[in-house]
Amino acid sequence: MKVFLDPIKCSGYGACADICPSLFAIDEFGFAQLLSDGVVAASDEDSARNAAVSCAENAIKIEG
Amino acid sequence: MTEHFADVYPGLTPRLVIGESGARSLSLREEIAAGTYAPVVTGALIDQLEQAGLRGRGGSGFPAHRKWRAVRDGAAPRVVVANGEEGEPSSFKDRWLLTNRPHAVIDGLLLAAAAVGADRAVIYLSHPETVSSVRQALVELPSIPGRVEVELHVVQHRYVAGEESAVCRSINGGPALPLAKPPRPFECGVDGHPTLVSNVETLAQAAWIARNGADAYRALGTSASPGTMLVTLGGACRRPGVYEVPYGLTLGQLIEDCAGGLSNGIGGVLAGGWFMGVADASLLEATWCYDAMRAAGSGVGCGAVTVLGHDERLEEVVARLARWYVEESAQQCGVCVKGTVAIADTLELFSRGSAEPDALANLARWGTTLQGRGACAFLDGAANLAGTFSKIITSDRTMQPVAVE
Repeated sequence: MKVFLDPIKCSGYGACADICPSLFAIDEFGFAQLLSDGVVAASDEDSARNAAVSCAENAIKIEG
Repeated sequence: MTEHFADVYPGLTPRLVIGESGARSLSLREEIAAGTYAPVVTGALIDQLEQAGLRGRGGSGFPAHRKWRAVRDGAAPRVVVANGEEGEPSSFKDRWLLTNRPHAVIDGLLLAAAAVGADRAVIYLSHPETVSSVRQALVELPSIPGRVEVELHVVQHRYVAGEESAVCRSINGGPALPLAKPPRPFECGVDGHPTLVSNVETLAQAAWIARNGADAYRALGTSASPGTMLVTLGGACRRPGVYEVPYGLTLGQLIEDCAGGLSNGIGGVLAGGWFMGVADASLLEATWCYDAMRAAGSGVGCGAVTVLGHDERLEEVVARLARWYVEESAQQCGVCVKGTVAIADTLELFSRGSAEPDALANLARWGTTLQGRGACAFLDGAANLAGTFSKIITSDRTMQPVAVE
């Protein structure tokens, strides 16, 4: 599984970082950033999916 | 800068700056005499590009054959686009090529269309003089059996308009602004089809390879950076202009042998366009090739080099460039809007001598943390400026500009 973050859509609500802190963080400017290349460890797959569906801007896309 | 002036590295047998093209536009008759539009078997052209080691000349240096092959392997219909929207402010080489040798670009575009199996070809431009020269070239385009029709798409000039997803978005009827990836244009570009967006010099170089072969292409340059490149030498050098040069010489040699040397000492260098940030005078010792320029903390990029004179205050230059990034941002990604402003504000305070104590640490951090964050690479350029300036300002040599002897 791999996640992609759309920086155009991201408005910095921060739900992703709350739900899946191993993959997402909020940077010093208030916007989400990926903490890795987006490849999701098996143990993080559920929280990654939750982060994607919880994003108010639909800024997170999941493949695989 | 004389926009249409071009010349060749002394003693070099030119490939693109041929005949009198350095001073004037070549006619169709002259182009045909030089081999342009001559029939060529395109079945193995992508393999030839791989053997030649051709890399994209728009700035990324991405291996051309990989991009071409990815489009060819996509589902038909496919589209090819010659990208002549030269957004980099310090580069003039694409404008020179389109103005003086438009047929060389169209030739490369037609060969690319045949090689990837495209049934639509577009030339994407903004600068009025290139629109005029290409339009004229399309009118006189000779009849070639089986060739695709070539369309012209004119866009309002701005830096990000030349980014490949912005190119496709504009041709599709939208604004010329970047999109988030994936998908990339090779997967989903013009009309949702696999699309090859190629810099115009890359296409002209590909046409040269198609007619002369990969081995001939590799006869100049280095093994990892083969061939010749169009560079734009500007700023504080005696003869600014566009030059066709081989890879493998030092940057100092290029400036000395092509541009007549420094005209006002040296206070710094912007190489690879503005995108790669600033460097000190030691960059002139680096070899002009992809690996060495990167190892030196800079890059080949689109081949544009601006020499800063010894009396130009580096702090003022970078503050001005950082403000340009703020103004040219597409304002689409929040991190780009905020990041470019933070960098510009900090560098402006630095220039006035009133920076906060943590300013250098912030610039160094942004040089890393803002890389790869936007939908396109624009913010990376601002981050490079912040990162390279923070390094240079703390080094011993930085504040000792060298006066011309």
